[in-house]
Amino acid sequence: MGRASSLPLNLWDGATGNWVVSFGTQHFLIKRRGNVLELVLISTLNGVLYGLLLFLMASGLTLIFSMMGVLNFAHASFYMLGAFVGYQISKWAGFWPGLIFAPLIVGGVGMLVERFGLRNVHKNGHVAELLFTFGLAFVMEELVQIVWGKAPVDYRVPALLDFSAFTIFSTNYPAYKLFMLAISLAIFVGLFAMLTRTRVGLIVQAALTHPNMVAHLGHNVPLIFMLVFGVGAGLAAIAGVIAGPALVTQSTMAGLLGPILFVIVVVGGLGSLSGALVASLLIGLLQTFAISSNVSMADLFSFSGFAPQPNTILNDLWRVSVAQIAPILPYLLLVLMLIFRPTGLMGNRES
Amino acid sequence: MSAPTTTTTPSAPMLEVRDLNAYYGKSHILQGVNISVGAGEVVSLLGRNGVGRSTTIKAIMGEVAPVGTVNFKGRSIVGLPSYKIARLGLGYVPENRDIFPTLTVRQNLALGQKQANVDGRWKLQDMLDRFPNLARRAETAAGVLSGGEKQMLTMCRTLMGDPDLIMIDEPTEGLAPLIVKQVGELISEIAARGLAILLVEQKLSIALDISSRIYVMGHGHVVFEGTPKDLAANADVRREWLEV
Ligand SMILES: Nc1ncnc2c1ncn2[C@@H]1O[C@H](COP(=O)(O)OP(=O)(O)OP(=O)(O)O)[C@@H](O)[C@H]1O
Ligand SMILES: [Mg+2]
Repeated sequence: MGRASSLPLNLWDGATGNWVVSFGTQHFLIKRRGNVLELVLISTLNGVLYGLLLFLMASGLTLIFSMMGVLNFAHASFYMLGAFVGYQISKWAGFWPGLIFAPLIVGGVGMLVERFGLRNVHKNGHVAELLFTFGLAFVMEELVQIVWGKAPVDYRVPALLDFSAFTIFSTNYPAYKLFMLAISLAIFVGLFAMLTRTRVGLIVQAALTHPNMVAHLGHNVPLIFMLVFGVGAGLAAIAGVIAGPALVTQSTMAGLLGPILFVIVVVGGLGSLSGALVASLLIGLLQTFAISSNVSMADLFSFSGFAPQPNTILNDLWRVSVAQIAPILPYLLLVLMLIFRPTGLMGNRES
Repeated sequence: MSAPTTTTTPSAPMLEVRDLNAYYGKSHILQGVNISVGAGEVVSLLGRNGVGRSTTIKAIMGEVAPVGTVNFKGRSIVGLPSYKIARLGLGYVPENRDIFPTLTVRQNLALGQKQANVDGRWKLQDMLDRFPNLARRAETAAGVLSGGEKQMLTMCRTLMGDPDLIMIDEPTEGLAPLIVKQVGELISEIAARGLAILLVEQKLSIALDISSRIYVMGHGHVVFEGTPKDLAANADVRREWLEV
């Protein structure tokens, strides 16, 4: 039973020279000489989808950092926990109850972590907080392995959405992916409206930059911290629930995604929500396009007639395709960002 | 020169600080500060840069951990979180003009209220009517305001929370004379409405004008306490602890 090994969802099948768009148990073949427009359209859709999923997680991470000054290493673990809790509920009661209750449960776990963990550790300084979230990530991974094992679980797309929504040229685009897109968009819009239109949202915005001043005005800042941490964990859990059936629900999923989240938060600018959105989309598109392109240096310079000696390191490098280096592109971006613009795209925080 | 003695206010003061100590890491910044502010009283806390005036106020608000006695309206507030201290009716305008830069002027003022749309003695519309500069920018992000406008906004925002005692830290620092005058007028009006004020100032003129009592701090404790008249008459204290 084949599954895409990780986000993004386009895979290049080197053996046949065809594109395989894998989705759960379904694979869609695209002929090698498929339309460029088709490739661009599908990759854009996939890239935006991947980006929005990343944003569901990065938004909470950056809010938590900005407000509490805590870089939460366990954030991707809430994404993993969301997928597993969603899976468990889906086995008992179906996908839809899982979509509702898993984020609520994980959000509750997040609040408890803040209230009884972080808040106490906070007194001992930032390093202690960092180590705490670091340890928490391992604990959560171990716990998930004890309960659900190390092998991927069979988290399925709900039957209601298990069909192809439309066909572009030769690509069938799954309805479930459109659903993921819609959920991510709706949550993004909801989050934005909450932050800008409601009083609680305004207090959160104010606390992002001036938590002490907000407290001096009589607002219960510890409660706000707990809520934001809970909502952040819940958002990550939603990402887990909706991505779980499309990808692999496995205890390693947190470790795979965690580093990318940090890249996004740093590239976007620590504490900047709009920066996190831009960086999420950027990395989503970058990785999706990189993976779906099969260009190598050899292809780019084939016209020049230059070709390194066979069986040399140079020759090997020459033939590395963009798809193969796709996984390191985010980190390359991170390094470049730290060198040329340490505050990130939209960051204004010094430390 | 009077050593810190027991308070001279007749009934128990609204704010009573006794033997207050505070530390930044290992440095012992406040070394037994004694001050008190009665209901409706205007008191100034003077002193040179770095003597610990801001730290005194921060320790009262719980932003710096206080060691000693701090009573407000007859109850100890040592160890309370800042938001609970604020809810008891103690307002604080910090020295760095901490407006919320991404929120509009109106939103800044609205967040001064402890509960949505519950008016106290100060109403949002009154504030805007009083200060045309704020009214004109009511819907713009407060981050673009001038220094003087930011100062007005932070004071107005704290007043929106309807405090009974307001502590204002260096409101005129770095402001043009015209704005200094406006700030002075607002402080006078606050006093006229019966609020107690604890004012940290550099400018003697404002403090002498509006205060009923003055404390002078030097190196972590109070070195003088008296009326503005006492201070005006005491050239030694002024030379040793105030003038540069
Ligand atoms: N966050 C801090 N960490 C370490 N030391 C500090 C900190 N804040 C203030 N201090 C030190 O504590 C002392 C008192 O500072 P405080 O801010 O109370 O002074 P101040 O009387 O308000 O004067 P001014 O506002 O003019 O600087 C100063 O020597 C200052 O260097
Ligand atoms: Mg000061």
